[in-house]
Amino acid sequence: MASPRELTQNPLKKIWMPYSNGRPAQHACPRGVCVTNCPTLIVMVGLPARGKTYISKKLTRYLNWIGVPTREFNVGQYRRDLVKTYRSFEFFLPDNEEGLKIRKQCAEAALRDVRRFLSEEGGHVAVFDATNTTRERRETIFKFGEENGYKTFFVESVCVDPDVIAANIVQVKLGSPDYIDCGNDEATEDFMNRIECYKNSYETLDENLDKDLSYIKIMDVGRSYLVNRVMDHIQSRIVYYLMNIHVTPRSIYLCRHGESELNLKGRIGGDTGLSPRGKEFAKSLAQFINDQNIKDLKVWTSQMKRTIQTAEALGVPYEQWKVLNEIDAGVCEEMTYEEIQEHHPLEFALRDQDKYRYRYPKGESYEDLVQRLEPVIMELERQENVLVICHQAVMRCLLAYFLDKTAEQLPYLKCPLHTVLKLTPVAYGCKLESIFLNVEAVNTHRDRPENVDISRPPEEALVTVPAHQ
Amino acid sequence: MPMELTQSRMQKIWIPIDHRPSLPRPCGPQLTNSPTVIVMVGLPARGKTYMSKKLTRYLNWIGVPTKVFNVGEYRREVVKEFSSYSFFHPDNEEAMKVRKQCALAALRDVQLYLKEEGGQIAVFDATNTTKERRDMVLDFAKENDFKVFFIESVCDDPSVVASNIMEVKLSSPDYRDCSSAEAMEDFMKRIDCYQVNYQPLDPDNHDRDLSLIKVLDVGRRFLVNRVQDYIQSRIVYYLMNIHVQPRTIYLCRHGESEYNVLGRIGGDSGLSIRGKKFSVALCKFLEEQNLKDLKIWTSQLKRTIQTAEALKLPYEQWKALNEIDAGVCEEMTYEEIKETYPEEYALRDQDKYYYRYPTGESYQDLVQRLEPVIMELERQENVLVICHQAVMRCLLAYFLDKSADEMPYLKCPLHTVLKLTPVAYGCRVESIYLNVEAVNTHRERSEEAKKGPNPLMRRNSVTPLASPEPTKKPRINSFEEHTASTSTSLPSCLPREVPTQNLNLNNSQNQF
Repeated sequence: MASPRELTQNPLKKIWMPYSNGRPAQHACPRGVCVTNCPTLIVMVGLPARGKTYISKKLTRYLNWIGVPTREFNVGQYRRDLVKTYRSFEFFLPDNEEGLKIRKQCAEAALRDVRRFLSEEGGHVAVFDATNTTRERRETIFKFGEENGYKTFFVESVCVDPDVIAANIVQVKLGSPDYIDCGNDEATEDFMNRIECYKNSYETLDENLDKDLSYIKIMDVGRSYLVNRVMDHIQSRIVYYLMNIHVTPRSIYLCRHGESELNLKGRIGGDTGLSPRGKEFAKSLAQFINDQNIKDLKVWTSQMKRTIQTAEALGVPYEQWKVLNEIDAGVCEEMTYEEIQEHHPLEFALRDQDKYRYRYPKGESYEDLVQRLEPVIMELERQENVLVICHQAVMRCLLAYFLDKTAEQLPYLKCPLHTVLKLTPVAYGCKLESIFLNVEAVNTHRDRPENVDISRPPEEALVTVPAHQ
Repeated sequence: MPMELTQSRMQKIWIPIDHRPSLPRPCGPQLTNSPTVIVMVGLPARGKTYMSKKLTRYLNWIGVPTKVFNVGEYRREVVKEFSSYSFFHPDNEEAMKVRKQCALAALRDVQLYLKEEGGQIAVFDATNTTKERRDMVLDFAKENDFKVFFIESVCDDPSVVASNIMEVKLSSPDYRDCSSAEAMEDFMKRIDCYQVNYQPLDPDNHDRDLSLIKVLDVGRRFLVNRVQDYIQSRIVYYLMNIHVQPRTIYLCRHGESEYNVLGRIGGDSGLSIRGKKFSVALCKFLEEQNLKDLKIWTSQLKRTIQTAEALKLPYEQWKALNEIDAGVCEEMTYEEIKETYPEEYALRDQDKYYYRYPTGESYQDLVQRLEPVIMELERQENVLVICHQAVMRCLLAYFLDKSADEMPYLKCPLHTVLKLTPVAYGCRVESIYLNVEAVNTHRERSEEAKKGPNPLMRRNSVTPLASPEPTKKPRINSFEEHTASTSTSLPSCLPREVPTQNLNLNNSQNQF
């Protein structure tokens, strides 16, 4: 009887994998995120100022955050790199042969880069951001996808509401490099003419002619959607995401619980209550929230005592989410860094080597956290004004989503105690304000030390540990 | 003192000592304040009842109290003998009256369920093919402050329609005395009766302000309009992920582990000799099943992976499939737990579904953790899930529509594969023991627990309920019109059950 292959546990991620002759044999695939076999090419479709770039960037940010390597390719950007100075909308006239040639070249250059990203650089999803308003152009791209073994998914944004279009122009077009030397009125007029250039030849995705394509048509900024032939998991997630985002102005407030008893002692994890200063912070937070005068604020906490105590001081209803609990440090729960170095020096070094992927023995990694927090992000997208009272590692993950930080940067984002981060969506990104509520607290941020070698002496491992009792 | 908290003994939830009115909801996203009426729309044999039942099962499993109200069943209660399709002919005035009253009776029960029985979502399963009928339902909902979400199924593919009729109509009580051919013919004529007056939802114009999803051609296309809230967004996501392709789901546990043999719970031990034997037997079993494109999923614990390794096929590891975290009790035997944590031991027996191990998890937490697994299982076709006892119980409860109360006691023995095949409106389950001995890890309900859960215990959302039995009580004594508005004649004597989302202030004292 043949025995199953022996397993060994990868020291960093604690993943069990088979090995033979002392080496990991097959790369077992741990399902962190949706794994696609074929890369996916997302093709944006729509007249100018319909939110294509907004959607491209947001979708790209989301997919990268959940661990799907994604990049957007904005053809307008390629055009700006090629045609150094933008003169006027006449460049986009349908009978401007010179213009058409250049624009076609740009599209082709972008597609070449798409191919490099998806077929050579390990990308999973490429977002091809251009108007793609004719069936002919879309067929060319679809063929390109087929030739290269990509699945193609179209995202069309249709909107006829003149107020929405005007608002979009103000938000993102007036500040475009194209209009750097123009007054606002001039720029708006030119842009409206630009849109006209596309209108005549615009062929919207059609329920008959395009019935075999996979696509989502977004109408009136998300009032309604038409979804056709979703092929796989990643497309289903993309559709779900697009159907949950909105553009209503609002703010998201992120902060940690007030300073806790264990914070003071330099211990990680656990489930203690607030220190006296932590309680003071909770009161200051209540005052701050009051002063912000926020309409219909939702307040979310974890299920750990310290966040709930903090929320209690606000005197408003709040919801407890278990998934907002701090990262589980497994066997290292309630230890100080000094104790971890003493009892688990190898683990301590591995963590410094790859803090994002490192999983505590019997605990979690930042990578696990991201997966756990995905429903929080989805619900944050659905909501309007929200205050999330959470924990250091959790807050770093959420912040990384909003500020588009990489896996390498994420575990080192600064999220100090007693500081509220106010995030307000603006243009293609997020405005960030940091408000320290003027109540002293320990510093819990530990920078990556110089020496991450497993053979390093303890002093070098502990050199960046912040002071504590 | 504000900010003074205490931790509930059963669920380990922190709550303020001085119960002020604005209590937190220890759940995930707040689902919805107003109850919702889901209104199915479509010609007969378009999958309305299939979707109603499946959706209801899913919503109950994730803890949203949901119930189906099938107007056809009300009709069968009233009209004892079904004669023929001519009952459904639009000119049959007598029958039209009866059918309308059935709809009204069902709506009255909807109102009762949502207002007085703690229901959150009612699925009104009928054809609802005319604007007039839908306007009636909209008025009813408005009067009662219910949200309305329409689900329309449109399908013109004759082979799909014929196949549906075969699958679920031929065996309907309506046709119990007919041959298949007769039944098929009659049913096709029944459909024609509706076709004449069918007014599909029109989100571009007439229905532009309604919240709806149109499912076209069994899920090839969807049109979604004005999703109002979280639960509608989940419903849409679910409907877009389910399919009707025939396939089989296999659930089993890892082979017997070293810890199983020692009677220790949790941990991350490897397979025992017999466990390894089981994996080999599993490999052989799968070969005999001769499956097309089987996906294999394991947890990230050693014992499931070792089991999968023997299959010599690619597999995916899901952390979400890990066994329930027993917190401070990890790696203990039940005797040790009883000795070291007697109170915890007793609490768990009292309410095994809600009980959370200190610094660990509850079955309720598990359901939340496993929801993405269920969603992906719906998307997939043939899958084998190699998991753990508590995890398997949760998954099985979803497929077999078991309540939170039953779930922690479902039998999932080692070395036994459960083969689930979707059929008609449910799931057929076959249990295949692979003939390799193993210890028994199943603990029956204790005598204490058999008394039933403490009725005063606080409930949260995420309480799987089995889909309630359809209400068939006829509320019609004659063929007179009854209106379905909130008339004062409705009985208000039914006690209000504790809705799972709202915390009952007064009961919290019983927690500690």
